[in-house]
Amino acid sequence: MVFNPFKKLLFGFAFSPSLRANVFEVTRLASFFKAKLIFVHVGEKTTSKETEFDALLKECPLKPKDVSVFWKKGEPVKTLASCCEEFDVDLLLLGALKRENVVKYYLGSIARKLTREAPCSVLLMLKPSIERVPCKHVVVNGFDSPQTQETVEAAFSVGCALSSEKITVVEEISESRVAVTVDDDRSLRKATLKKEKIDREEKIRVADIIKKISLAKTKGLKWETQSIFGSRGYSIGHYARIVRADLLIMNAQEKPRFYHRFFPKDLEHILAELPTDVLIIQSKNNG
Amino acid sequence: MGKKNTALTFFKELPQNIFAGFVVSLVALPLALGLAIASEAPPLAGIVAAVVGGVVVAVFGGSHITISGPGNGLVIVLLAAITSLGAGNLYQGYLFTLAAIILSGVLLFLFGALRLGAMSEFFPASALQGMLAAIGVGILAKQFHVMLGLTSVSGDTIEQLMRIPDSLLLFLGFHPFAGIIGVVSVLFLFFYSRIRNPYFHLIPAPMWVVVGSIGIGYYYQLVLKEVVPIAPELLIKIPEKIISTLPRPNFGKLLDLDFLGVVISITLIAVIESLLSIKAVDKLDIKKRRSNVNKDLRALGLASIISGFLGGLNVVTVIARSSVNANNGGTNRSSNFFHAIFLMLFVLFLGDQIQRIPLTALAAILVFTGYKLASPENLVRIYKIGPEQALIFIITLVTTLFTSLVTGITAGILSTFITHLFLRKSLYLFSLNLFKPNVLMYREEATGNYYVSVKNFCSFLNFYRLKMKLDQIPESEHAIVDFSLCDFVDHTVMEGLYDYQRSFDRKNGVFETIGLDIHAAQTQHPFAVRKSLPINMLMGLKNSLTNRQKNLSALAKQLSWEYLPKIDSSPKGIKGFLFFESKVVNYSVNRLVDGKQKFNVFDLSYSEGAFITKEDLKGTFLLFKSPIILPVFVLDKEDFKTALYQWAGFNDINFKKHPDFSKRFHLSGHDHAKIKSLFNSDLIYFFESHPIFHIESNGKHLLIKGNDRLSGLQEIKIMITFAKDLVSLLKNQK
Repeated sequence: MVFNPFKKLLFGFAFSPSLRANVFEVTRLASFFKAKLIFVHVGEKTTSKETEFDALLKECPLKPKDVSVFWKKGEPVKTLASCCEEFDVDLLLLGALKRENVVKYYLGSIARKLTREAPCSVLLMLKPSIERVPCKHVVVNGFDSPQTQETVEAAFSVGCALSSEKITVVEEISESRVAVTVDDDRSLRKATLKKEKIDREEKIRVADIIKKISLAKTKGLKWETQSIFGSRGYSIGHYARIVRADLLIMNAQEKPRFYHRFFPKDLEHILAELPTDVLIIQSKNNG
Repeated sequence: MGKKNTALTFFKELPQNIFAGFVVSLVALPLALGLAIASEAPPLAGIVAAVVGGVVVAVFGGSHITISGPGNGLVIVLLAAITSLGAGNLYQGYLFTLAAIILSGVLLFLFGALRLGAMSEFFPASALQGMLAAIGVGILAKQFHVMLGLTSVSGDTIEQLMRIPDSLLLFLGFHPFAGIIGVVSVLFLFFYSRIRNPYFHLIPAPMWVVVGSIGIGYYYQLVLKEVVPIAPELLIKIPEKIISTLPRPNFGKLLDLDFLGVVISITLIAVIESLLSIKAVDKLDIKKRRSNVNKDLRALGLASIISGFLGGLNVVTVIARSSVNANNGGTNRSSNFFHAIFLMLFVLFLGDQIQRIPLTALAAILVFTGYKLASPENLVRIYKIGPEQALIFIITLVTTLFTSLVTGITAGILSTFITHLFLRKSLYLFSLNLFKPNVLMYREEATGNYYVSVKNFCSFLNFYRLKMKLDQIPESEHAIVDFSLCDFVDHTVMEGLYDYQRSFDRKNGVFETIGLDIHAAQTQHPFAVRKSLPINMLMGLKNSLTNRQKNLSALAKQLSWEYLPKIDSSPKGIKGFLFFESKVVNYSVNRLVDGKQKFNVFDLSYSEGAFITKEDLKGTFLLFKSPIILPVFVLDKEDFKTALYQWAGFNDINFKKHPDFSKRFHLSGHDHAKIKSLFNSDLIYFFESHPIFHIESNGKHLLIKGNDRLSGLQEIKIMITFAKDLVSLLKNQK
């Protein structure tokens, strides 16, 4: 039995122009994960809406076995968050918006709040499409944190489920760890050596994480590592954009604190400008 | 191990650094005196700054071959400070200004301590050029009158500029003799680089002016037995007792707004001038080291504080004197130290001679300096990059002239930003992304290359982010900078990148910029890299071939070689030759290549020195592949200059068996044993019996330099035959 972290998926939908693509994408994902799929609509329930949605569902070529639709009323963020708890959902699916005229994606206010408040993992979908766009390259964070083990494990299972070709584990290393300011040749040499040393240590750490993952050995999934010295959360997003990754997998934020509003941490950089589809793994250890 | 080695090299190179320090002091003496006088400070204030700067920065500095002393850029600020703070009383103003200098030294020190060296990147390149030009115009406007012997012309810069024609018409009526010395001096300075006599060039131009004018004084006194016809007010005065007459800085205006404004202006200019100079001088370092800018700023701050207490001007890093240092074999900070020592000796022992220097001669040197700063060529070069850059330049220049330096540079920054908004037509791009990180750098695991990607926009506003990353890449590596995610790149960044490219080239690294080509096509990118290289100005001019080019083309046919008249801005193959280490290569042109690409004849434009000591040179070179592996060596004609070098510690390899060769040739290189075994009797006879060229080997290739000018057709033929004979001789050695 293959380890599968996502057994129950939830998608909150609204009647928007992208609904069709969203539904196609979501059903396809759920069937790849062999998971239950729950649709939740927050707002007025009318018969015309219901028939329209049912018709749409029937059109989907790939459908998971277990699909259910719920119609709820209330404030969207709170309602969806409580649904996630109520149904014991593993993964919340959200669609992102595209900035007008610019090829930049961002989260609507509802999705943004949900990302912070959801008790489960969250997948932010950039470009839902009716036809399948294969997910070839997965980028996952590998920095030193208790959550990382689970995140990397999830990355491998998602990679297998979506039959990706490559997983890159990116270790973001804060430059303060180098602790050498480059001023001249000598300090540059020192800094370069120090970085190489940290780089080796990080590689060993990540290799240890991957050793514990049974999937990594069995499947023919290629994986590699890349260390980046730079600000955490920013670099990996920029990197994912450069290598044209199809999915970026990140740890969920540690409990947000008050000052994080002023000093954006980790995820904020990525949420402000989504580089690609982003999967945020809510670890069981976190909380 | 490392320490012992460094100490050993230090002592080994000491003689040549003493020599370089001596040559630098020859330039520094007239400049130090002149800059002090131009600021209305006592002449010795400049010398004090140079001596203190030389000693303190040599001990505490972080750069290697820079020279520190009173700077050109500060003249205008100091002059304004001394005249305004004293409210008419120049000496009082000087004492107040000393206090300002001390405070600015403290600020400078803090700048370095807080590692704010990167701050200079916040100034857009064109605005900076405009400000420097304004300083140049200011110096020129005032000193032009002094050069003609008229010290009483007053008014602001614009008024003084307007009065230049009057002064030109009138000066013969006041101090004709001194005025003529000034005019002759300035003409001499302009034509100095045209005179291509190596002995003549041993003494830097400013010193010739000083020596010449002192010589005239002695001629009158000793030969004609007459009084020198120069009015005493046009001669330098040095107080009898230097130590006892130390001025006391007056801190009385500490809370005065004008005073604080002076402190800020002085600091601003000192930082900008020093950082620009350090960056430029690093490119001339034979040992290709990177300077520790922040450490240098700390040392300059400390030096300014001490200098201020001793009555001296601010200490900054100066470009012209540093380049003289580089060209004369300075290899470490000790040359800065020795330049200070020599200056001190000059003042102590040649005080009488110094007092014979006419002010008009010094003013001529300053006029030349001012002209170089404000040279119209700069404006033309900037206009070629883009008309909007010229606009920024002019706005900054004019605002600075009519108001003050700080207002001027602020106007420059604002106008640059407005131009960017206008070009990009989007405030959104700049405002939204200004404070976000936008640079990613990582070392690619597969190739080991450094990959740098820049997002959103990159301009003077956030160039420091990119710089911080680029500075972490060793210049011997392969770096790729990708702008494909970047919507806007400005001229300041393009120029900065060009600088990086040159540093990487020097250390045999690779620095590539990608992702801009699509860009230019998409948005008609206004600051495309091709535009930022001045070389393109020349490209359009070469439409028809000159006679010499036609002859070269004919020669190529005769030899069945290929002739390429095109200008090449980055000539290949000349890296690694010692000859180019302290020179800047501009471009190569008129290339003759044989079929197998073994021989390569080309004209090369290169420059030596920087700023007022800059000389643009041209020469014809022959580059060819050696049939055998050679040791690295340089072979040159033995003459007065090389004899001097030898005395200064550059070694000459001599052969006991071949006294004629040893006498006529100067042969140098590190691996003596290998060189000695290469130069056997046959080879030595070959060199003895052929015309003498400057020959260098970098191991695999040999470079032959013709004359100090472009070679004629006949000379090129001789060079080619010489090289062919040499190749066949070397083949036999195998």
